[in-house]
Amino acid sequence: MGVVLILVVSAISFVLLALTPGNAAQALLGPQGTHQEYLALRRQLGLNLPLYEQYWNWLRTAMAGNLGTSVISGASVGSQISSRLPVTLSLVIGSLLVSAIIGTGLGVISSVRRGVVDRVLDAIGLVGFAVPSFWAGAVLIAIFAVDLKWLPATGYTPISQSVSGWLESLVLPVLALSLGMIAVIAKQTRDTMLDVLASEHIKAAWASGLSPSTIYLKYGLKNAGMTVMTITGVQAVGLLGGTVVVEAIFAMPGLGSLLVNATATHDLPVVQGVVVVFTALIVAINLLIDLTYAALNPRVRTV
Amino acid sequence: MSAGFLRRLLRRPVAIACLVYLVLVVLVAIIAPIVLPNVATQNAGNLLEVRLGPSLHHLLGTDDLGRDVLQRLLVGTRVTMLAVAEATVVSLVIGVSFGLVAGFFGGWIDSVVTWLGDLTFSMPWIVVLLVVLAVFPQDLTATMVVFGVLLSPGVMRVVRSAVLAIANELYVVAARVSGLTRTYIITRHVLPRIAGAIIVQAALVAAGALIGESALAVLNLIVVAPAPSWGGMIADGVNQIVLDPWLIWPPGLAVIFTILALGLLSNAARDASSERWSRPAHIVKRRTRRGGSAGQNGIGRLGSESEALLTVEGVTVTVGTPPTTNLIEDVGFAIHPGEAVAIVGESGCGKSVTAMSILGLLPGTVEITSGHVVFDGLDLAACGENQLRQIRGSDIALIPQEPIVSLDPVFRVGTQIADVVRRHEHCSRRAAKRRALELLERVRLPDPKRIARRYPHELSGGMAQRTAIARALAGSPRLLIADEPTTALDVTVQAEILDLLREIQTSQQMAILLVTHDWGVVADLCQRAVVMYAGQVIEHADVSSVFREPLHPYTAALLAADPHHASEDELLPTIPGSVPIPGRWPAGCHFHPRCQYAAADCRKAAVPVISPRNDHETRCIHHEDLLATA
Repeated sequence: MGVVLILVVSAISFVLLALTPGNAAQALLGPQGTHQEYLALRRQLGLNLPLYEQYWNWLRTAMAGNLGTSVISGASVGSQISSRLPVTLSLVIGSLLVSAIIGTGLGVISSVRRGVVDRVLDAIGLVGFAVPSFWAGAVLIAIFAVDLKWLPATGYTPISQSVSGWLESLVLPVLALSLGMIAVIAKQTRDTMLDVLASEHIKAAWASGLSPSTIYLKYGLKNAGMTVMTITGVQAVGLLGGTVVVEAIFAMPGLGSLLVNATATHDLPVVQGVVVVFTALIVAINLLIDLTYAALNPRVRTV
Repeated sequence: MSAGFLRRLLRRPVAIACLVYLVLVVLVAIIAPIVLPNVATQNAGNLLEVRLGPSLHHLLGTDDLGRDVLQRLLVGTRVTMLAVAEATVVSLVIGVSFGLVAGFFGGWIDSVVTWLGDLTFSMPWIVVLLVVLAVFPQDLTATMVVFGVLLSPGVMRVVRSAVLAIANELYVVAARVSGLTRTYIITRHVLPRIAGAIIVQAALVAAGALIGESALAVLNLIVVAPAPSWGGMIADGVNQIVLDPWLIWPPGLAVIFTILALGLLSNAARDASSERWSRPAHIVKRRTRRGGSAGQNGIGRLGSESEALLTVEGVTVTVGTPPTTNLIEDVGFAIHPGEAVAIVGESGCGKSVTAMSILGLLPGTVEITSGHVVFDGLDLAACGENQLRQIRGSDIALIPQEPIVSLDPVFRVGTQIADVVRRHEHCSRRAAKRRALELLERVRLPDPKRIARRYPHELSGGMAQRTAIARALAGSPRLLIADEPTTALDVTVQAEILDLLREIQTSQQMAILLVTHDWGVVADLCQRAVVMYAGQVIEHADVSSVFREPLHPYTAALLAADPHHASEDELLPTIPGSVPIPGRWPAGCHFHPRCQYAAADCRKAAVPVISPRNDHETRCIHHEDLLATA
């Protein structure tokens, strides 16, 4: 599925981009180029070949690690992507960690305590569902950067430059991205935990005199873990999309802003490269989820 | 669409409020650009009045070009709503038709459609939309159509599973058998049934489309200035965030309220379309007692001398909030150290409730409302959860009915036993592991080391029950409660497990409370029998007296219906009628409607416990008649 997804997405975007009026040869030459120059450059870039051959050529070089060069800056697409990957990965991993930890915690507490915690969780769920991450980001900037001046409003500090600066630059965007995920994960954890806690084996665990912490945190959570992992995986796909907008709001030089700029400037090789890398990231996340799932569920492993 | 669904939906105030709000938004989208024709083309307002906060003149203030925010918000509704409508319609058309086809035709068509759906679903939507925008710059319609396609798998899945469920229902199968065309069946029988599910999805898709449209507007990729849209106004606000943070609020709240209305409407539609089963009650750790004392005529004097290990006295267990229903009433018996006692009866007589109330493990609103459960001098019915936890596993342990489901599926059985050992012996991990292996050996499992590393699903029923017994023995309890420990097992395995239990009872002087409906098991293992019917103990004596001379017609009938005693060419006698459910117990003797000895006095008043023989109690006032006919 993963490989197929990468192939399909890259092929679709390739075909779509090839449909675009005007091509890279024209863009490179600019209005001054003659028709002869255009034809020569077109041959040189392989743009005169049939579409499937162009795609095959692109795929071959891409598999060798060469994603082509930017039409606008002339820089290699691969190097642009690799210089921006750490920003996006910091955001994605940070948000996944924050929302998984807080979401699972809230979910467990509300499955055990019910009552008030339940209603608070429902409220958070509604807010998380209704407030888009980019708007939450804007409000966070208005409060914590403009008003209180606690944290930087925009930008990104590489971890190699300053660890504390890196953390400070991540707090607000990660919060903005996590809000919705926390709510979804917490709700899912609560519902699954309630089902697990009603099961025969948990009843047997109570009958064995095990302590509540063992029952909730060890037996309950590991059983609920599988469902929580699945929902986290689904959320991660949305999270990658979210980084695109949140990077724009916080002016962070990540893959998302690279993609947005390339889209705005019609830099098709860059668009194509970023799309493939994004899809590969999704495949990687799903693989990771599958592996964790197998680690949590012995029945997947042995059957 | 079924009228019933609409009526159920409109009975919910939340749904009505959401619908009213959404209708207003749509009306604004239609009317505002007509009433305010100049706003959409207005490049700048009064440049001397830029970024004013809300005032009487400008209710929502002005933007960075001095334009009235309220006017732009109203007029911008149309662009936004059109975009949302485009995506929603596309995704409904695609999702519903593919879902219908996949669900109704099944087979390879279903596989292909599902696979395509999964593939589409795992694409990062915003990335795909950016590719579209790279090809068609600033083309909102193209973008929203593609977005609709990307959102359609969610609709498709729901429709597909709804159709799958309906397609196998009798009336649809009958319609198909009688030769009606598929199109007819789909439009007449299937579509009306899934209308609710489609509305649920449509609202969610619209919410998603609104978020997507705003996101792309914030990225400045679909905004055709100066025409306003909600997303575009958020983008303006973000650009002015340092100078005037107020500007993100009006369009942001418009988006949020609309998403909220769609989400709540979707929830209400889901509730209305499926009156969902309430969640199974989970085990509640809180126990309340509403006073009350032991019943006056409770069985329990029998063997209730001071040396009894466990004395159950006049215990009544109820379910529900007032008015409550009795599940068992006035139950009493005693168990001596090292003694095996059976609770016998048909299903639904309250055997398991009695057993679990001893452990204080009653689900939901089920609770002990009167009586005493005295274990070793301590009244468990009055104990708090913390005290009970000290007792469970170490003094009283449970062997559950279904061994495999009673073991946690995701932990190795060795770990599960070691956890219980550590709880009761407070020893090191390694010592607990060693002890777990000893216990597995104790229950005569071959190769304990290998078994300990297995998961429950890798065990046979008999092995799982031995493992569960090993776990029960981990705290060296003095009383084992075995709730139908052999019911789920093969006959040959049953005998082995009974042998094991008997061996444990005699060699370790462990008392056993055995819940069963099988007289063979009672004869095999137990010294005394407690017969229950419809929540009451109706007979209580040593096993040989019960077999030889039952003093209650129910016991006699139950014994006669025992397949162990029937010869091959004889019809097995059965007890006519069935056990009444709690709350439907007849007045007087609970058994009288099924009893051949029933007389007028049986119906009149509750029958007390009487003790016609030494150590033999019954709740039958006509036991002499029974003896006479026997």
